[in-house]
Amino acid sequence: MENILLRNRDVPDIHEFDVYEAHGGWSAFRKAVSEMSPDDVIKTVLDANLRGRGGAGFSTGRKWSFIPKDEPIKYVAVNADESEPGTFKDRELLEHNPYQVLEGSMLCAYAIQATAVYIYCRGEFWDIAANLDEAIEVLREKNLIGENILGTGWSCEVYTHLGAGAYICGEESAMLSSLQGLLGQPRVRPPFPAQKGGGLYYEATVVNNVETLANVPWIINNGPDAYKELGTPDSPGPKIFCVSGHVARPGNYELPLGETFRHLLFDLAGGPADPEKSFKALLPTGASGPVVPITEEMLDIPMTYENLIDLDSTLGSASFIVMEEGTDMVWAAYKMAQFFKHESCGKCTPCREGTFWLLQVMTRIIKGEGTIEDLATMENAARQMDGKSLCALGDFATSPILGTLKHYRHEYEAYIVTDSGAGEQKQLSAGKKAVAVKQ
Amino acid sequence: MLADKYADRVAAIFAKYPDKRSAVMPLLYLAQEEYGWISEEAMAQVAELVDIDPTQVKSIAGFYTMYSEKPKGKYWLQVCTDLPCALRGADEFHQELKDYLGVEEGGTTTDGLFTVEHVMCLAACDKAPMLQCNFHYMENLDMEQMKQFIEEKRAEAAREKANGHEE
Repeated sequence: MENILLRNRDVPDIHEFDVYEAHGGWSAFRKAVSEMSPDDVIKTVLDANLRGRGGAGFSTGRKWSFIPKDEPIKYVAVNADESEPGTFKDRELLEHNPYQVLEGSMLCAYAIQATAVYIYCRGEFWDIAANLDEAIEVLREKNLIGENILGTGWSCEVYTHLGAGAYICGEESAMLSSLQGLLGQPRVRPPFPAQKGGGLYYEATVVNNVETLANVPWIINNGPDAYKELGTPDSPGPKIFCVSGHVARPGNYELPLGETFRHLLFDLAGGPADPEKSFKALLPTGASGPVVPITEEMLDIPMTYENLIDLDSTLGSASFIVMEEGTDMVWAAYKMAQFFKHESCGKCTPCREGTFWLLQVMTRIIKGEGTIEDLATMENAARQMDGKSLCALGDFATSPILGTLKHYRHEYEAYIVTDSGAGEQKQLSAGKKAVAVKQ
Repeated sequence: MLADKYADRVAAIFAKYPDKRSAVMPLLYLAQEEYGWISEEAMAQVAELVDIDPTQVKSIAGFYTMYSEKPKGKYWLQVCTDLPCALRGADEFHQELKDYLGVEEGGTTTDGLFTVEHVMCLAACDKAPMLQCNFHYMENLDMEQMKQFIEEKRAEAAREKANGHEE
């Protein structure tokens, strides 16, 4: 299949306006504002059944249709706070082809008749934000943003905003609070961002992920039917899979949903980094979803949102952290427990306390000081956290531990000193690692 | 004072937002750029500019990891050690880097040039081991490259000192 989202990844200097335009750039936006009403744009995206690529998979067209038409102030907030371990697709899109994302953002802005677009970049995207700022000035000169855009009478500004290192700001309501200069912590919903009172500065706001918006120019140019020819009926269109860890060729791979794991992991990512070894397991949505053991049968399963649920996991943002045989799954879970403990924003008690205690127990286990009861304690703590906070971070934090406990319980047991003496060996090798990792 | 020295930049920051309070994060970056870190005094300046209480500024500065409330080395090296990078040797790389520079986690070399610490995922898992140096990415690293980088920076600093203009 030809790439759609990454179609210009081999074009030199595609980050320059003229090059992007020579490759069809801004034709979708020009077409939309001259030939289509804002409602036509929403309907086209709705018909294409584009689903949000940030992880939740909500219908993008529906999200746009929720925005009240009679509000004088409306915003688009672009979520470029890509922070999930294993995820690096938005970075490539923004770094390499910023105008594609800007065009998608402006199509969304036109569709809801937004007064301004804010692009919330994670703070570490320092250089990316600087490049976006330059691109925004070029767009202003071309009258593609600013006052009375292309003579339509509609005006819309675009700004970047830098975060400063907080995973939680990828959660949409926390991101909006952060942009407002408040602590980046999730809000109570309703009101939802699309509603007056719930969005940026409490105005109606569409929040979309970078990759989601990068789909929109192609959909406007080629129509919803062409888009739906790709992928599955429930999840049409292309998806960027980020592959990291023990593969020969880590990177971003664009595929329609419905291809097999084998195709992605072997044909594209080149198989195991060490050809002598086989794959053991993968985390399909970064740190936030349960682990999936890699087996011969599993490799032939088509990758769709539905099939990942059947594997007791989730496709989410499709960021595959791949692990080879011999990888210590307790250590992997411990790494992720550290991550979530660090990134819990502290607002909701079950998540703040739960991530702390999960890490305490994991630390005890990995130091060889755990007991068999600790495994039940963690399962119990995870149950107390699940679904009990304002956002999903607390739920995510339980996934790596529950998933590894389910599939690799024997590895945990090997860490635990029992009467038979099992675990001592493990304790020695783990001791070094435990010293190397910090809390 | 930031307000006088960077009047144009401060004005440009405020012009981006309908609510002054949104300027607190970009102004903290400006303060960090100017002073190298964010002191109580810098927070007070930001608070006055944004017209909020210094305590509120402090809570923002403390919430995010990219604002440093203590001085750092001239080169602030933050190594990603999350799982995807760790699978590709980031923990060992991080340890070797600290050993080479002779610092503990979060420590700064005695010449004031380098601070090393680990950091959470930087969205560059395909280019591990990697780090950010003063917020600019360095990717696909090994210790040989790092030693070369460190020695270059040391030589540069020595030259500057010999020429009598320390930065």
